[in-house]
Amino acid sequence: MTKRKVTVAVSGLNNIDSPGPGIPVIRALKESGAFEVRIIGLSYETLEPGLYMHDLVDKSYSIPLPSSGMDSLLQRLEYIHSKEKLDVIIPNFDAELHSFIKLGPILKSTYNIATFMPDLETFESRHKSVLYEFGVQNEVKVPVAKMIYSPSEIHQVGLELGYPLVVKGKYYDASIAATPEQAVNYFHKIANKWGLPIILQEFVSGNEVNVTAIGDGEGNCIGAVPMRKLYITDKGKAWAGISLLDEELIKITNRVIANSKWRGGCELEFIKSQKGEYYLLEMNPRFPAWVYLAVGCGQNHPEALVKMALGEKVAPFPTYESGKLFVRYSFDQIVSLAEFEKISTLGEL
Amino acid sequence: MQLNKNIAVSENGFIFNPVSGDSFSTNPIGQEIINLMKEQKDRKEIVKILAEKYATEEAILEKDLADFFQMLLSYQLINSHD
Repeated sequence: MTKRKVTVAVSGLNNIDSPGPGIPVIRALKESGAFEVRIIGLSYETLEPGLYMHDLVDKSYSIPLPSSGMDSLLQRLEYIHSKEKLDVIIPNFDAELHSFIKLGPILKSTYNIATFMPDLETFESRHKSVLYEFGVQNEVKVPVAKMIYSPSEIHQVGLELGYPLVVKGKYYDASIAATPEQAVNYFHKIANKWGLPIILQEFVSGNEVNVTAIGDGEGNCIGAVPMRKLYITDKGKAWAGISLLDEELIKITNRVIANSKWRGGCELEFIKSQKGEYYLLEMNPRFPAWVYLAVGCGQNHPEALVKMALGEKVAPFPTYESGKLFVRYSFDQIVSLAEFEKISTLGEL
Repeated sequence: MQLNKNIAVSENGFIFNPVSGDSFSTNPIGQEIINLMKEQKDRKEIVKILAEKYATEEAILEKDLADFFQMLLSYQLINSHD
C-alpha cells in the first residue's frame, strides 16, 4: 500500500525529566502504516531535546509563548506554513491548547491546516477547577476540590476537606500536604511557578492508574489503553509503566468520552481505592507523554488522530495487549554550537 | 481452587496479574502448586500429590499450603482459599 504524504507540526519536544508528549507522538506517526510523515517541530525553548533529534524531527521552528497572545502565534504559524505547507498541527502543551482551539477554525478556513481538538466549552468543562461538576455530568466519582486565590482560604477549606489534602497548580504540579503549614508552603511554591488559582483537592488513597484515550467528537471512544506506573520520578512522572487489563476502567473511559463528546487525545488519571472504586483525579486534554505505550499495545492513537483531522472516519480499536511495559531512558545528544546558534538566533533548525 | 481470571503464569513461574499490573516470581514448589491449581486440582488433591512426591507429613503440607494460599489471596491472585 502506498503511504500518503502528510506534513504534521508537533509541539511538546521537551523530552526531559518531566517529558512532553511531542516525541512519543512523533514516534507513533513515524510508524504509521497509512502515512509517510514529515514532522515539523514547534518549540518554545532552545534546549528542548526534540529540536536536535533529526531522525524524528525533519525541521523545527520556535513559536511564541502563549503569553504573547494569539496574533503573534498566528503570524508565526502563517510563516511556518508558507515554508512547509502544513497539513495538520498537533499541539501537546496544556498551556497552549486554549490558543490553538481558538485558532483552529481560522487555520482550517484560511490555510487548510487541520487540528483535532475539543471545542472550547468541552475543553473548559474538564478543567481542574470544575472537575467535580464534570464528574457529576459524566457519572464518574471525583474527589471534592476547591479553587482558592489566597493562602488565607486554606484554613477554611482544610476544615472542610480534612488532611492530608492535595495542593494542585492550574496546569501542572501537585503535592500532598499533611498540615495547613505544608499547604501554605505548597501554595506559594506552585503559585510562583504556574500562577493562580490553586486547587485544593480531597486526598483519596489507593493505586494510581491512568488511561490514554482518543475520542472522535461524536461520542465514540476510538481507543483507550490503561497503564499503571511502575517507576515514578521525584516529579511524579512515570519512568516505567505497564498496560493493564481493566474492563471497568475502559467502561468508565468510554462513558466519559461518550458523554463529553471528547474530540482528540486525552489522558484520564484515576485513583483506584482500596474498595476498588475509581476516582477521576484529572483529565488532561492532550495525549500523555507515555502515549507510545498504546502503539506498543496495538493502538496507534496519534495516527488515528491525524486520520480524523483529515476528515476520515476511524473505527474504534477492538482490543489492545495488556502486560506490555514501557521503560524510559535518558540519552545525551551531542549538539554542535552551530545548530544551537541557528535555533537561538534564527528560530529555525 | 482457581487462579483469578486472566492471571498469566510463565513456564518459569513468573506470575503476572494484568488487572493490577503486579508481577511475582515463585520458587519451583510454588510453581508446581500453581500448575496443579491450573489443572483444576482441589486443595486435598494438591496436598496428597505433594505428600507422596516429597515424603512429607500431610499436616505439615496443609499448614504450608495454607500460608501459600493466604499469600496468593493477599496478592489478589485468588479470591478465596477454600
